[in-house]
Amino acid sequence: MRLRTPGTTPSPLSRRAGAPAGAAALLLAAAACGGGGGGETAAQGSLTIWSDPERAEVLEPFAMEFGEANGVEVKVEALPADDLQGDFVTAHEAGSGPDIVVGAHDWIGNLVQNGAIEPVRLPEGAEADYDPAAIDAVTYQGQVYGVPYAMESLLLLRNTELAPDAPATMEELVETGKAAKEDGKAKEALALQVGQTGDPFHLQPLYTSAGGYLFGTDGDGDPDPSDLGVGTDASVEAMERIAELGEEGEGVLKRSIDADNAPSLFEGGDVPYYVTGPWALAGAKDAGIDYAVSPVPGFEGAEEAAPFLGVQAFFVAAGSGNKVLAEEFAVNGVGAPELASALYEADPRPPALIEVSETYQESDPDLAAMREALESAVPMPVIPEMSAIWDPFGKAQAAVIGGEDPASAVAAAEKAVSEQIG
Amino acid sequence: MATEKTPPPLPGGGLAPRGPLAGHLAKAAMLALSAGIAAWAAWPLYEARNWIGLGLVAAVTGLVWWVYLSERRVPAKYLLPGLLLLTAFQVVPVVYTVATSATNHGDGHRGTKEEAIARIEASSVTRTADGREFALTIAAEGDSPSGELVFLLAGEDGEVYAGDAEGLTPLPGARTGPTGRVLDADGYTPLTAAQANGRGAEVSGLAVPTGDGAGIRAQGLSAAYEGRAARVYDDGCDCITDSETGTVYTADDERGVFAADGGERLSQGWRVGVGADNYARIAADPGIASAFLSILGWNTAFAAGTTLGVFVLGLAVALALHTPDRLRGRTLYRLLLVLPYAMPAFAMMLLWRDMFNADFGLVNRVLGTDTDWLGGTGTARAVALTVNIWLGFPYMFLICTGALQAIPRELVQAARLDGAGARQAFRHVTLPLLMVAVAPVLIATFAFNFNNFNAIWLTTEGGPFPPDSPTAGSTDLLITYTYRLAFGGQGAEYGYAAAVSVLIFLIVTLISYAGLRKSASLEEVNR
Repeated sequence: MRLRTPGTTPSPLSRRAGAPAGAAALLLAAAACGGGGGGETAAQGSLTIWSDPERAEVLEPFAMEFGEANGVEVKVEALPADDLQGDFVTAHEAGSGPDIVVGAHDWIGNLVQNGAIEPVRLPEGAEADYDPAAIDAVTYQGQVYGVPYAMESLLLLRNTELAPDAPATMEELVETGKAAKEDGKAKEALALQVGQTGDPFHLQPLYTSAGGYLFGTDGDGDPDPSDLGVGTDASVEAMERIAELGEEGEGVLKRSIDADNAPSLFEGGDVPYYVTGPWALAGAKDAGIDYAVSPVPGFEGAEEAAPFLGVQAFFVAAGSGNKVLAEEFAVNGVGAPELASALYEADPRPPALIEVSETYQESDPDLAAMREALESAVPMPVIPEMSAIWDPFGKAQAAVIGGEDPASAVAAAEKAVSEQIG
Repeated sequence: MATEKTPPPLPGGGLAPRGPLAGHLAKAAMLALSAGIAAWAAWPLYEARNWIGLGLVAAVTGLVWWVYLSERRVPAKYLLPGLLLLTAFQVVPVVYTVATSATNHGDGHRGTKEEAIARIEASSVTRTADGREFALTIAAEGDSPSGELVFLLAGEDGEVYAGDAEGLTPLPGARTGPTGRVLDADGYTPLTAAQANGRGAEVSGLAVPTGDGAGIRAQGLSAAYEGRAARVYDDGCDCITDSETGTVYTADDERGVFAADGGERLSQGWRVGVGADNYARIAADPGIASAFLSILGWNTAFAAGTTLGVFVLGLAVALALHTPDRLRGRTLYRLLLVLPYAMPAFAMMLLWRDMFNADFGLVNRVLGTDTDWLGGTGTARAVALTVNIWLGFPYMFLICTGALQAIPRELVQAARLDGAGARQAFRHVTLPLLMVAVAPVLIATFAFNFNNFNAIWLTTEGGPFPPDSPTAGSTDLLITYTYRLAFGGQGAEYGYAAAVSVLIFLIVTLISYAGLRKSASLEEVNR
């Protein structure tokens, strides 16, 4: 069961998995020091690519083709998605990392501060082939750091038997959902994972629609850590609006719905609406649910709901001993429409190459809807400071949904985040 | 072989190989193995020029040979393997942790200063304003692929140049292919992809100067662009100057960052020693000071409660099955009881967590209740304890069963003949004898559960969290709390995490020491 995309956010799942990963990283670091580090010399031509297992399979034939065309050896190594970023940074530190790593754009801030990746200069005309939002997402401190291949954002799945029409507003969704619940057709009105510790990733559309923001924007167009949106009046008001949907309010948002049971609620036909990402489509299809995709609606008369935009990209490792080949692969190998098509067919997320996206859109109504949902999405902040937000703000959201006072919960989260950011 | 000088045999000394050929052969094989392992470990160390590591390997191997080649040093022969393993797996990690706690090692401070400078400069290269681009062919001067490296550049206007460290030279006679790249040119040898990659450092290092600090750099094998490094390091002032904004970032070797006067810092830092700063940060953090005692209290209660719970439950079950009478299906009962121990704890904890879900959990459905188990402090603590005891008691059951079987039944029978009741016989005969065997295990159980990260992280994640304190939850152990402190915020902070680990290590050591003293006195009583 796929619950999340490879490591875009610390979902409850990846946070849980973080413990052994951290320990493993410490051990690896220790091993690296013991071994003296980095004695590896580059063979004349071999390229190593790290990716999560699902993509590794798709990449393999293209990597082989690239290798044959250039007379070099190419290896694609599959690593567990949840540990990929941490493993890459640790391996880079030890001098034994890959030449290319495939990951999510919100890693960039952390990878750059660790000096683990290199900017990529796409040929001038090539940038125009990509969705501007994807290029925007992989741009940090004025540099493009990755070659994007797929984009994703949260969207609303609905069970068309229980809810035939796409809701235009959150209020409409609540009304239809609660009616289905009262009629006994559904167990819950909405499956949106909150859990005991909250989930800012999944609540972001509602939070932004109600007027909240996480970071302001600096001169480079990057998120500005000195302008923290958590703790502002706007954020408290937004959380008050979210509280109205919570356990003491409409009872649509619940802490008892988490990453584990949200998919099974929808796949069991027990809930009319499900806020999730493209990664959940396969499960709904397999379960035989008649579903339709639409953007996550915002509150009535409020701002547009802006979920996070996540972009999957290829990064060139700064520690690579085969940088010439790695750059060549990233610039000219990854940009091939055939690769983007194959990646799309293996895992249907909107391709970053406009041409490929438009080709598939004609035959796949889900893709058209996913691209519509992407239009209002805003890139997930890449700055390292973002990692300070998830945990405290999530807990504040869980507390508010459980019926606690929004002002004090948000203030406590603001304090915890500010202490971390310094 | 034994000479007259041989000291009187020590306990076990008689087992030392002393004549039989097989013994000598085994000894020779083991020593050869240790030499083989040393050679295997030495080669990569030699390649990495790690002389300290190499010396260590030599010293350990020498020690092994010195101890085992002699007829003497019998105690050392028995102690050495254990001591080596103790050093490798206990002492070294502790020393390494303490050493790490005196650094700022973590995200943003992983490498050396030189690496940070190299990355800052490389990341600041941007296209120049007019941004010329070229189709690139990497070539070598002359007829051999090992000649001096040259970029053969075909511009958008069709002009072809040869570029090297001196600058651009027009190259009118070159032949270009359909993609615009130069196929070959007189006096130059185009390199294959593998050849170019083999000279990767030279390729990355070459920026064909075009004046005003700009240079033409390769991007992969087939494209080049004209760019300029905005940030340049100056050795003289130990600072980095940004030529676009004019900002000067000065190296701060105490914090391992380049910072401007305004406090703005570059994100790429390096690893430096910070002395006791990490410990000072723990002491100065008001959040930690207020949360520490309550967490320590619950942590101790959790470890003690788990130890007591698993012991009482395990012993009760062991006693129930430890009857002299024939019990039908005893083996089956034992098998069933060990099941929770045999199943992966990871999965079991997640399963239990889902069973306690307020709306969809099995527990509420079976009991017909509507309790928010994981949402309240008391209930969440009860859940954490319940799950942990359920997972832990089979082990204690096994230990107690074994210990009970080792106590002669005659002792209890004698007590009963002397007029003791069943309860008295258990209290004054069985239990004290049992404790001799079980007490050390109880101390180990306590110490293990004191740091039982998974038991909390996979069930309650430390929650519920009071709305005014998102960092310290009601079921947090010190280890989960500090994990969140060190890895939950600004990425991984190994230095800080190591400092906290050292403190937890000290706390557990103190508690275990007290416990072992207590159990030693217990043994005295029974002697």
